[in-house]
Amino acid sequence: MEKYDAIVIGAGHNGLTNAAYLAKSGLKVLVVEKNDYIGGAAVSRELYTDWKYSNCSYVCSLLRPEIMRDLQLPRHGLQVVPYGGGVTFMQNGDYYGNHADHERQYREVARHSKRDANAYERYEADVMKQTRLIRPFLMRTPPDPTSLKPKDLKELALLASSFASMGEEGLADTMRFWTMSIGDFLDEYFESDVIKAHLAGSGIIGTALGVYSPGTAYVLLHHYMGDVDGSVGAWGFARGGMGAVSNSLASSFQSFGGTIQRNAEVDQIIVKNGKTSGVALSNGDEIYSDIVVSNLDPKRTFLKIMDEKDLPTDVVRKAKNFKIRGSSGKLNIALDGLPTFNGLPKGSPLCLGEKHFSDSLTRMERAYDDWKNETWSKDPYVDMLIPTQLDPTMAPPGKHMMSVFVQYAPPKIDGREWREEDRDGFAKSVIDQIANYSPDFKDLILHCEVRTPKEIESEVGLTEGNIFMGELTFDQLLFNRPFPGYAQYRGPVKGMYMCGSGTHPGGGVMAAPGANAAREILYDLKRSNTVPEGYADD
Amino acid sequence: MKLTPHDETMMLKTPFHSRCEAACEINMWEDWKGYTSAQAYTEVEKEYFAVRNATGVFDISPMMKYRITGPEAGEYLNRLVTRDMRKINVGRVAYAIWCDDDGKVMDDGTVFRLGENDYRLCAYARCLDWLMWTADGFDVDITDETADVAALAVQGPTSCTIFRNMGFEGLENLKPFGMTTFPFKESTVMISRTGFTGDLGYEIWIKPDLAESLWDALFEAGKLYGIQPIGGYALDMLRTEAGFLQAGVDFVPAEEAVRIGRSRSPFELGLGWLVSFDKPIFNGRRALLREKNNGSEYAFVYLDVDGNKPAEHAFIYTDSKASKEVGTVTTAAWCPTAKSNVAFAQVDAKYGKLGQELVAEIYYERELKWTRVMAKCTVVKGPVFDPPRKRQTPAPAF
Repeated sequence: MEKYDAIVIGAGHNGLTNAAYLAKSGLKVLVVEKNDYIGGAAVSRELYTDWKYSNCSYVCSLLRPEIMRDLQLPRHGLQVVPYGGGVTFMQNGDYYGNHADHERQYREVARHSKRDANAYERYEADVMKQTRLIRPFLMRTPPDPTSLKPKDLKELALLASSFASMGEEGLADTMRFWTMSIGDFLDEYFESDVIKAHLAGSGIIGTALGVYSPGTAYVLLHHYMGDVDGSVGAWGFARGGMGAVSNSLASSFQSFGGTIQRNAEVDQIIVKNGKTSGVALSNGDEIYSDIVVSNLDPKRTFLKIMDEKDLPTDVVRKAKNFKIRGSSGKLNIALDGLPTFNGLPKGSPLCLGEKHFSDSLTRMERAYDDWKNETWSKDPYVDMLIPTQLDPTMAPPGKHMMSVFVQYAPPKIDGREWREEDRDGFAKSVIDQIANYSPDFKDLILHCEVRTPKEIESEVGLTEGNIFMGELTFDQLLFNRPFPGYAQYRGPVKGMYMCGSGTHPGGGVMAAPGANAAREILYDLKRSNTVPEGYADD
Repeated sequence: MKLTPHDETMMLKTPFHSRCEAACEINMWEDWKGYTSAQAYTEVEKEYFAVRNATGVFDISPMMKYRITGPEAGEYLNRLVTRDMRKINVGRVAYAIWCDDDGKVMDDGTVFRLGENDYRLCAYARCLDWLMWTADGFDVDITDETADVAALAVQGPTSCTIFRNMGFEGLENLKPFGMTTFPFKESTVMISRTGFTGDLGYEIWIKPDLAESLWDALFEAGKLYGIQPIGGYALDMLRTEAGFLQAGVDFVPAEEAVRIGRSRSPFELGLGWLVSFDKPIFNGRRALLREKNNGSEYAFVYLDVDGNKPAEHAFIYTDSKASKEVGTVTTAAWCPTAKSNVAFAQVDAKYGKLGQELVAEIYYERELKWTRVMAKCTVVKGPVFDPPRKRQTPAPAF
């Protein structure tokens, strides 16, 4: 059997990024993928003839520009096209339109509250202060706060000085911001229900928490800290769907001589004498390598493909206690034409952005109550986009692809597995929700893929269908991600590493965990670093 | 264009003006050789991405256009420009430069061979005087037809599909730098596969009185293909990413240069490939041959600049201590599709080799504070954006 310098488990975007940087350094690298397609949660799949679905992740902002440039992803086929706009439809027939242009947005907020329109400027500046604090750490390995190694002390000092530079008042704001709820945070700025509801979505997406749960303000930051071409907080579509991200990474990886093996599910990371020596596939094959990198989430990594006997007890315990709760589902819909939405002219530029149908925090909190009651939300929060309005490559002309992210969907229904009738009920609640605001929507549906946490777990491999590979709460961030003592991408067994979104800086199609992990692996191998530094903010 | 005494018109309007004006939501106009030309219609970024993702339409009517006809038209043009025009057949377009007798570039432009003895020359700078002087002794007729031909650049991955949707079947088979005609209304349109964006794209040429109906038909056909008008700001981003020089920005047209040493030769602009010494005579040949043998003073380079701050107006040094200044940046931008920070620079010739490492001194301001960055940069083989669809024939659908 061939021996590799490194094996990466899982051809998702972080696995491919990690593999690309290892291969760039000259290592012989193999990526093994359980599915017959690559990409993990960043895919474009033709599930209906002539339609491409970004059927998991669906928009792009966090993907680090340093990595895109360094791995020459544009030359390998990646193009990110920013979109503006965004609408929250209201039960009274009105809407809030989130214009990209500042002055138009001011007028639109003012329509709902003059005071909020002005407060928005304070809100934007305050959120920007927080993004500026976190952004420099995305492409860095978190320090170990208990270590006395010079490297850790240096990083810790940098972290401390960044926090200190916020000033006394700023530091207090930061501590509050990182721990408070998005609802409380927004209440400090705005009076209008619809404005708060429009903004609050970013605080709960992918998170099994409600708008008034502590910790959700940070989740909003996680959605604001990316950028498209330096425009912080902006989002875009990957042309051709999110698969373009994975495909370009794969192509870049292969240009450095890397190999990808599909239909290769790892059964076990082989550990001998406290060291990894390769992986055993579910078909019985064994592939050898002294370096094994897991792009799976921490639970799957430590509790499924590693033997508990090979692991320190604290890791087993921490993995079992790791918070990775299913909270969301998705509908991917092929449409025969562009739907009409109440109160807006067809094809309004506002509709290029995300559309929501929850016009108050109360409704969003009630949607969360259903999750706590172990059922799907009857009045769901929906983050809906129609990328084909901009992207000519994903559906035939005049036809559209609709991506509908839905919250909340619990990992289990009343304590048992999802059944077909549950999935139908979940889909119905979402389709009805949209149809309430779009009279012709139902008639335009040609095909609909419904994904509950159950499908996301079984198809993509994300435990409980948690899109971030673990909750983005303060107890699981920075040097606590995935667990204290293991935040520097090294596993508890020599030669074993982690590179997925379960590590710092967390989920979203960012590629930073994969790159950071590669830097640490190359450091251990005493090879020169191939991973670029993060761009300094202004 | 009728010229009258006591003309009170401040700004001329192109034949597409009524449509441009209706589309220009943010009232950003600039003066292009006396014509009202849109800087931006809605959002620069959106317009830029229209070209890279769908189709953008830019009104190029104000471009200087000269018609050159007569039995010696071909011979004359071959004498005027530095490249070998004998290789350009009827129905083909050539990118060309022309020099003064010192071998300094006067302008760059495109030459369309419309017929056996019938050419159109499109240029940035006015050059009728130079064309007339150099035509002495040739049996040619030269007229300025700038105002007599309306034109749109229709650029982007869906551009071919849009034209086919207009009924221009077979356009997909047109090769880069080819041109063809189609019937339109009671007249014809000429379409060339040319442009200033480095993408799949075309330019469409028509009589001014049919301009508005062409615009309407084009936008109707492009409705489902993301068609949008674009302004000069977006075009500037596009041409930078595509590595195209702009006269007046990246070089001074030789005849406009007042100060000694400010004009540049083709070699000094990276355009040596356009100089054909196979030709026994052309304007500037002697000086250029001398330069070829003795070496050039300057080099035009594409720089890949570290970090994400555009190196606008930066000085270029050999090292970060700024020990020796070797040039300046003429154009710089972060390129959104190529995800690359590029700069065009004029440097001393000996620092212009591929792979040469240099340092750009970049200043930028944030909230009234200026910061100076000494960014490492490398001379690279441009351009940073060069997609296969630019060359593919038949042209891809999107």
